[in-house]
Amino acid sequence: MKKTLFDKVWDAHVVESIPNGPDILYIDKHLIHEVTSPQAFNELEQRDIPIFRPDKIVATADHNTPTLNQHLPIKDDMSRKQIEELTANCKKNNIEFYGLGHKYNGIVHVIAPELGITQPGMTIVCGDSHTSTHGAFGTIAFGIGTSQVAQVFASQSLLLEKPMKMRINVNGTLKKGVSPKDVILYIISQLGTNSGTGYFCEYAGNVFREMSMEGRMTVCNMSIEMGARGGLIAPDETTYAYVAGREFAPKGEELTAKIAHWETLKTDEGAVFDKEYDIDANDIAPMITYGTNPGMGIKIGGTIPETIETSTDKALAYMGFEYGQSLLGTKINYIFIGSCTNSRIEDFRTVAGYINGKKKADNVTALIVPGSRQVADEMKAEGLYKIFEEAGFQVRQPGCSACLAMNDDKIPAEEYCVSTSNRNFEGRQGPGARTILASPLTAAAIAIEGKIIDFTQNLN
Amino acid sequence: MQKFTTLTDVAMTVNIENVDTDQIIPARFLKSTDKDGFGNNLFRDWRYSSGDILNPDFSLNKQSQKGSILVTGNNFGCGSSREHAAWALAGFGFKVIVSSYFADIFKENCLNNGLLPLQVSPQFLSKLFKALEINPTEKVTVNLEEQTISFGDDANIEGFDINPYKKVCLINGYDDIDFLLSKRDAIKQFEEKIS
Repeated sequence: MKKTLFDKVWDAHVVESIPNGPDILYIDKHLIHEVTSPQAFNELEQRDIPIFRPDKIVATADHNTPTLNQHLPIKDDMSRKQIEELTANCKKNNIEFYGLGHKYNGIVHVIAPELGITQPGMTIVCGDSHTSTHGAFGTIAFGIGTSQVAQVFASQSLLLEKPMKMRINVNGTLKKGVSPKDVILYIISQLGTNSGTGYFCEYAGNVFREMSMEGRMTVCNMSIEMGARGGLIAPDETTYAYVAGREFAPKGEELTAKIAHWETLKTDEGAVFDKEYDIDANDIAPMITYGTNPGMGIKIGGTIPETIETSTDKALAYMGFEYGQSLLGTKINYIFIGSCTNSRIEDFRTVAGYINGKKKADNVTALIVPGSRQVADEMKAEGLYKIFEEAGFQVRQPGCSACLAMNDDKIPAEEYCVSTSNRNFEGRQGPGARTILASPLTAAAIAIEGKIIDFTQNLN
Repeated sequence: MQKFTTLTDVAMTVNIENVDTDQIIPARFLKSTDKDGFGNNLFRDWRYSSGDILNPDFSLNKQSQKGSILVTGNNFGCGSSREHAAWALAGFGFKVIVSSYFADIFKENCLNNGLLPLQVSPQFLSKLFKALEINPTEKVTVNLEEQTISFGDDANIEGFDINPYKKVCLINGYDDIDFLLSKRDAIKQFEEKIS
């Protein structure tokens, strides 16, 4: 039978199929963080169940951590306690933990790929919906709830019904100024926020083949924003070159053998998807969102469309926009460049390339938050810190930061923030905050102008 | 986990589409390390206008009688995987959530907490919203054994789907950990095979 990439990875991990029930799916890597793990540790402790495979778990502190003075004790009592609990739980259970100050610390979906933990053909889970990021390597990677974190702790497996499969093909040439973030924001704006519910989504076509691993991660990261639990891109030379040489990646002969296997991780010619979409790359332009879900996106020079969805009225009232309005000229006081979607070295190179020699507008507060200690170190080594500081941007320490505003990095009520993160939900960046999602390049251009502009005309 | 078989109760409504888990429980309330207390902050930024003052315009605050069935708009529970959303709904007192569509992770989180995510047709949902608008204390009956939901007269009944395994779990109050632990030998054998 012809198989899709998804089938190949899924089928290779089925321990047992329960008749009339779910599959027992084996999990290769379990990533955990401070916010969604404590109740799972408690559950196992209360039921006196040991952690089955602690060597397959990697922990980091990222969601609830400050981005200033990480060497000092965390001021907020509850945040500090949450991190202390993770530290203690990892120590007690022999789990590798990259806490604050550790050279490998950072956002879970940034560090696992950059350390070579994420490898093609794996199953990867984490109590975080953006686990879909790792699908960029041809893995089945998805977010789980805390009860499922406990299940993986107890058995290194999950009970799951096999999802349906969809494929999105994007072919053609991307216009100047169009980033991977624009590709995925465009896709979600066309297909809607629940088009992927019940599915895993494979991204195919020359646009993804020509994309860097960083770009592929940005795309797969936002699969969940159209409801798809995971996204996948078939591994290729770009993938192998990214993985090779990283800290926990296979080396030497082992790597050669692995690559021979990874070569087979492609959808067979003629394999059938439950649904499939074709998108012309030439139709995509730099995107921004105007509403309160990531599907409410338009081309940067476009106008807010009329819709029959009642939730749009509520969204526009929250955002302070109107139907038919163009966002060009809207004054922007806050810029956030970071999050598991766009905080990798390539993102900051793009931003630095645009702002080098320029200054941010006076009204703008611009926050740069690297995805990991390693990204921060690379930024320093490449002289990016200097460029950001000279342009008036604040460079912070790694973490999820203003993407979900669990720490002090909050946007004030009713202020617009052009953000490279993944969600523009009401209050996501702080109560009453108004988020406009965009690519790092778009965010950089808006930081310089202090208002939304169509920067594509300035590109040479 | 609590057992679930049948329930007849008053239904409360949040007639909004695409309700994400950030609305159900905002991130700033995720700092707790246990499962209790999240019900107080359910729909926090919609339920309260400022501080601890209830927003009189929010549907849950308008209803005089509290019920354990929540009827909501399409695509409920999208966004973040936080199980705190299911804990907040259960903590507030809900046992069943009715919608025409649920996000995947949210659905599993509900089932893992004995909370039934009950998917109905868009037509049935809109009929139910209308009936509850006319009579907010209209009782709704959910029968898990028969897989039906009904209200008012005999015309208003619809069947719903649920995975047979999950149905057994809900009815008996089993959770997946017990089942997976019983499969540890098979899992160990699988590990040997792939290593």
